[in-house]
Amino acid sequence: MSLVQPVDNVAMLPAYLAAGTAVLVLLFDLLVARPAVTVAMAALGAAGTAAGAALVGAAGERRTFCVGDDCSWVWGGRAALVGAVIALLTLGVLALSGPLLRAGRTPVGEYCFLLACAMTGGVVLGAAGDLITLIVALETLTLPLYVLVGLRRDSLAGAEAAVTFFVVSVVATTVTLLGAALLYAVTGTLHLDRLGATLAARADLTDLPLTGVAVALVVAGLAFKVAAVPFHAWAPATYDGAPLPVAAYLSTASKLGGVVALLAVVQRALPGDLTGPVLAALAVLTMTVGNLVALRQRRTVRLLAWSSVAQAGYILAPLGALALSAGRTGDARAAAYAAAVAYAIFFVLLELAAFAAVVALRPADGDGGTLADLSGAARRHPWVGGAFALALIGLAGLPPGLAGLFAKVTVVRALLAGHAGWLALVVALNAVIGLAYYLRVTASLYATPAGAAAVRPARTVVLALGVATAAAVVIGFAPQIVLDVAAR
Amino acid sequence: MTFGQVLLVAVVAVPALGALATAVVPGDRAGRVVGTVAAAVTLLSALPLVGGDHGWFGYGPRPAVQPWHQLDLPWVPGLDLRFHLGVDGISWPLVVLTALLTLLCCAYTLWRVPPGGGSGRALVALLLVVEVGILGTFLALDLVLFFLFFEVVLLPMYAIIAGWGGADRRRAARKFALYTLFGSVLLLVGVYVVVAAAGTADLVALTGGAGLSRGTQLAAFTLLAIAFAVKSPLWPLHSWLPDAHTQAPTVGSVILAGVLLKMGTYGLIRIAVGVAPEGARWAAPVLGVLAVAAILIGGLVCLAQDDLKRLIAYSSVGHMGFVLLGVATLTATGIQAALIGNIAHGVITGLLFFLAGAVKDRAHTGSLAELSGLRETAPRLAGLLGFAAVASLGLPGLAGFWGEAFAVVAAVQRGGPLWLTLAGLAALGGALTAAYFLRLLRRVTHGRPSPAVAGLAPGLAGAELTAWAPLVLLALAVGLAPALVLSYASGPVEALLGVVP
Repeated sequence: MSLVQPVDNVAMLPAYLAAGTAVLVLLFDLLVARPAVTVAMAALGAAGTAAGAALVGAAGERRTFCVGDDCSWVWGGRAALVGAVIALLTLGVLALSGPLLRAGRTPVGEYCFLLACAMTGGVVLGAAGDLITLIVALETLTLPLYVLVGLRRDSLAGAEAAVTFFVVSVVATTVTLLGAALLYAVTGTLHLDRLGATLAARADLTDLPLTGVAVALVVAGLAFKVAAVPFHAWAPATYDGAPLPVAAYLSTASKLGGVVALLAVVQRALPGDLTGPVLAALAVLTMTVGNLVALRQRRTVRLLAWSSVAQAGYILAPLGALALSAGRTGDARAAAYAAAVAYAIFFVLLELAAFAAVVALRPADGDGGTLADLSGAARRHPWVGGAFALALIGLAGLPPGLAGLFAKVTVVRALLAGHAGWLALVVALNAVIGLAYYLRVTASLYATPAGAAAVRPARTVVLALGVATAAAVVIGFAPQIVLDVAAR
Repeated sequence: MTFGQVLLVAVVAVPALGALATAVVPGDRAGRVVGTVAAAVTLLSALPLVGGDHGWFGYGPRPAVQPWHQLDLPWVPGLDLRFHLGVDGISWPLVVLTALLTLLCCAYTLWRVPPGGGSGRALVALLLVVEVGILGTFLALDLVLFFLFFEVVLLPMYAIIAGWGGADRRRAARKFALYTLFGSVLLLVGVYVVVAAAGTADLVALTGGAGLSRGTQLAAFTLLAIAFAVKSPLWPLHSWLPDAHTQAPTVGSVILAGVLLKMGTYGLIRIAVGVAPEGARWAAPVLGVLAVAAILIGGLVCLAQDDLKRLIAYSSVGHMGFVLLGVATLTATGIQAALIGNIAHGVITGLLFFLAGAVKDRAHTGSLAELSGLRETAPRLAGLLGFAAVASLGLPGLAGFWGEAFAVVAAVQRGGPLWLTLAGLAALGGALTAAYFLRLLRRVTHGRPSPAVAGLAPGLAGAELTAWAPLVLLALAVGLAPALVLSYASGPVEALLGVVP
């Protein structure tokens, strides 16, 4: 056996592109020192990464870093989807950052570099084939965010948010690592597929208390990353203290990363009868608590944060359902995973649009403000306000926000196909609670104007909002596109 | 595409495009005119739908749903969703009623925009979007598509109430939205309970149970029936209705009472009974008892009401109780009574809300205590109000009679102590209806003119007459010749009941 492992560099291309972007941004900032060039470089890199991820994925599955049949790097349909979406979200957040960077309190080079680093983590995450790659990728995705949250100079709220986020997140990572170590102790392997096969083949291992503890630790650690209740408390404080574009990144790309990690572990490695009940309980708690607390929020970003906690519950629900009913057929399992992925994609798109609208309606470098600050905004800015309303309605899951409606339909359908009717009912009733606060925000957008002067939204922000809204409308009428890519 | 399919698409697409055009045309009045034209074109496309193939000439067993025209296109295969539209004798009268009422409301808005909120053309655009949802619901032959259209109605109606309604409109609108969404999420779950078990969402294939197990049918019927009971509304899920009707602007109340409630009863007949007949048979007594409770409670509450619009709103609870009683009997007579009751209630209550709005606009109050002697100062308005009230209380020869009388007859035909008791109580409820409408007339039209009424001008505007005349004529026509509705419905109803065990 040769000690030199062959590396498939084509399969690695998306990761090279993402990491290269980060390096180039740093170099350009150092050598050219013009903010516009740096941002353009980052945007170009993100677009290139998205294109590269999609192109490599379209050519069929490629594996590398293999030991026998187990590979640490698998670039298939799912990886391509995750990589492309994360890169596009990064591009979107860069567009939203225009006003923040122009305001001058945030160093441009560092900001773009950190964002590109986070993107690299996200791109690697989708392709991870073993627990260590997965955890390192997830940490690469979140580590730059600790800094980004607190990067604004003279911002006490930002510093507080960063510390909260840092402490909670590091603990979560440690917990996941401990779980991974215990799993290794039990099974002697870290590759996801091998873990799944080993645990499925040897019932005596599954019955060990140690296995149960290991599974619980891994799931709990990852649940922190998606801000699932009861591991959610960091999210609202962090979102509210962070600059708006960073909050947008946290609630879209970072949340998607958590979902992807959880999905990879649950789908491929851990036994369904252990994770199922835990995930079902997490899902119910997450959506219910998220929605109920969101009802009482008066600050825009906090409301969006709690609502995104609730949305994480909808994403988790199909994962819990299929594992609950043991002995599901392969088809039903695949459908449930696809439903979770599809919901996550619908959600990040609508969430990005909602944050883009908040950025557009608030003064440059401002925070999210209170709901009262948004009162009458749709009368001052009919188009931006209309897009915001559409995004909120979509998050609530009602027409004309068809994208959100189909997202809910996908989840409910997967739950009923998986014989988890009660969970479908919980999801359905939560949608009613959700509507109460989404409707309150939407209605206040159309309230009689409070007389505040209209701020002219930055052009890049309006562009991002327009693209996100157009994409939401298109997949609202043709949701099959998302369902197809999610099923791959 | 055949001519019928073009018409089907036009009925849904014209109001949708009309709403868009209304919103983008420069100028408020121009927008309202465009919207009214779109509503008129919709009505003109809905009328010729009747000219289809009404018979059954094929081989094999007679299917339970035989659309006159249908259009079946794939949309989202991953969610079992097909764009499948069709029209038959059960849905066509409701389609025409919807198109007609929307046209009348748009025309009325040309003349008067309710004060309070935004521009008149936004109101017209929203009315058209509501129309898209209602028409789509009546035409959908795919369960998932039905759910989709059912949801389309919710937010535009919310916006109409919240934007142009009365003093307490926000709360009423929110209550309406949350209640209705509660119903429609149960509908979503019910729909996919059926789809997951049957593997198809095609209503033509599903009607008759499609081999669903008894347990699935009971679960599906329970979910669907609750969903439709919220929309209809059936006591005790009705409490959104009085607030929404009272606070909504006149055109909103007309659409709400006239056709929106019918989505619930139509869904109950076409979806709940059609797809889960065993469940319907099982739940029929409960449904019957609740329907009669609605009739009696609606009547008693009306006797104590002091507000004109609120009284008419509560009268809807009673009238829809008769409709639901007809459905609950699961007999041909009962379902026919429900269908004609639907149409009659739409026509008459639409008219009543128009008139109540006119009274309120003129006298600036809707309180019965401050209104009296209307016939002294505004005899035409008082006469029309008298006509509508008498039609609503079910005088033979006017539209309201057939639905109520034959719902009671159907319950008697069903026989057995329970149904005979229900028939007796429902008849008593009919008497209550007469009592409260006569009380209304005595308070409002008779007596000496109150200060609020004394200064009224006797005339009616041309726009008002244009909007009301078709409804007056229809109330007479359906009353004198119920065959207008029933002749189309008898075949489909027989076919539907053929599959109920």
